[in-house]
Amino acid sequence: MIFFENMGLLALTPGMVFMWLIGIVLIYLAITRQYEPLLLLPIGFGILITNLPLSFLMEPGEGLIWRFYHYGIEWEIIPPLIFLGLGALTDFSALLSQPRLIFLGAAAQVGVYVTFFIAYAFGFSLEEAATIGIIGGADGPTTIYLAARLAPQLLGACAVAAYSYMALVPIIMPPIMKLLTTDAERKIRMKKTRKVTAREKVFFPIIAAMVIILLVPASAPLIAMFMMGNLFRESKVVERLNETAQNSLMNIVTIFLGVSVGATMNAENFLRKEVIFIFFLGLFAFMISTASGILLAKFMNLFTSNKINPLVGAAGVSAVPMAARVVQKVGAAADKRNYLLMFAMGPNIAGVIGTVIAAGIFISILK
Amino acid sequence: MATEVLVPLAGNIWVVLVNVGDEVEEDDELLVIEALKMENPVYAPCDGTVSEIRVKKGDVVEDDDVLMIIEES
Repeated sequence: MIFFENMGLLALTPGMVFMWLIGIVLIYLAITRQYEPLLLLPIGFGILITNLPLSFLMEPGEGLIWRFYHYGIEWEIIPPLIFLGLGALTDFSALLSQPRLIFLGAAAQVGVYVTFFIAYAFGFSLEEAATIGIIGGADGPTTIYLAARLAPQLLGACAVAAYSYMALVPIIMPPIMKLLTTDAERKIRMKKTRKVTAREKVFFPIIAAMVIILLVPASAPLIAMFMMGNLFRESKVVERLNETAQNSLMNIVTIFLGVSVGATMNAENFLRKEVIFIFFLGLFAFMISTASGILLAKFMNLFTSNKINPLVGAAGVSAVPMAARVVQKVGAAADKRNYLLMFAMGPNIAGVIGTVIAAGIFISILK
Repeated sequence: MATEVLVPLAGNIWVVLVNVGDEVEEDDELLVIEALKMENPVYAPCDGTVSEIRVKKGDVVEDDDVLMIIEES
């Protein structure tokens, strides 16, 4: 008898079965469409297993995945480690050769703030509204980091929203880009930029870390790791650390990140009407961010003879390097000899930093 | 007249699609440069014959390096 009472089958609820479907859909999209498979696959599996009753995988203090979640995400260890790897993977040349493109990365944070106010008006708390708004930055680890600090109850939904929209960048962005630009603007070829020296690239992460952390101390965990990873890369003397940060370490923490994020999405937590709002508001944030980058580029063109192709403004949403690739594709559709990829990387990387700073500002105001 | 085909964006040579001596027309794909996991075709700037190819698959190329030379017909 006791065996039967402890059998999960009898404790199933319809909500759990519905969550299985969501998990399976994510796994399916990861495998067949390759939508952010490195994250959506473990997230999907995490959703599935957390909704198998009586397993206690997420039981505080004892569950296996709870431990991953607690020590990895609640303790804020995994997102900064991902940033270490991202820093090691990032080449700042595109940004350093055209510093004015930084503004486009900043403009793309408009969606974050607009959505923050709208979500608040819809009745979310300030902390929740900030977490929802940050989806507009299209940066997974930053979203997870902020959610863990401010609104852990929304973490799963916000993370899945952020990663889904990143996967959907090639579908969401082009219509907005075409709507806001003329054919002539899309054909603008940007002037080749100067070469960035190795010395500049070594100085950049050191100076950037100091300046940003002095200004927004709450962004320190992510920025410090990001810039250290970049220093590993550009110093050229710690190839082993550089290689580990961008490959093995990043892969290891991605496993724990994915499955723990998925496991936060149990039926009672996730199947609430707020979650639908989160997906809509997140999409809205993302679209506004795309648009504001483009519009700022057009605005800057009013004052400069060295024209910016406004498409590169759209890359201000982080989603590196997917957003930059989309810019390249849309630009090449208008003029196949126009190579915008590297120009788009500038705002793209500035967008990552911009989103981290936005998150840091939220934390310092709301905590 | 010889026309140089320059690297439009830095990356690795993914594949070279023509050989020395090939006749090409303007806008034909000459080779593909891989940058940021994206394949970017490079097109012929003019009609002509490929007289020299200076890169091969796997080479790392920088902005404005010469990829190949086309003898205009």
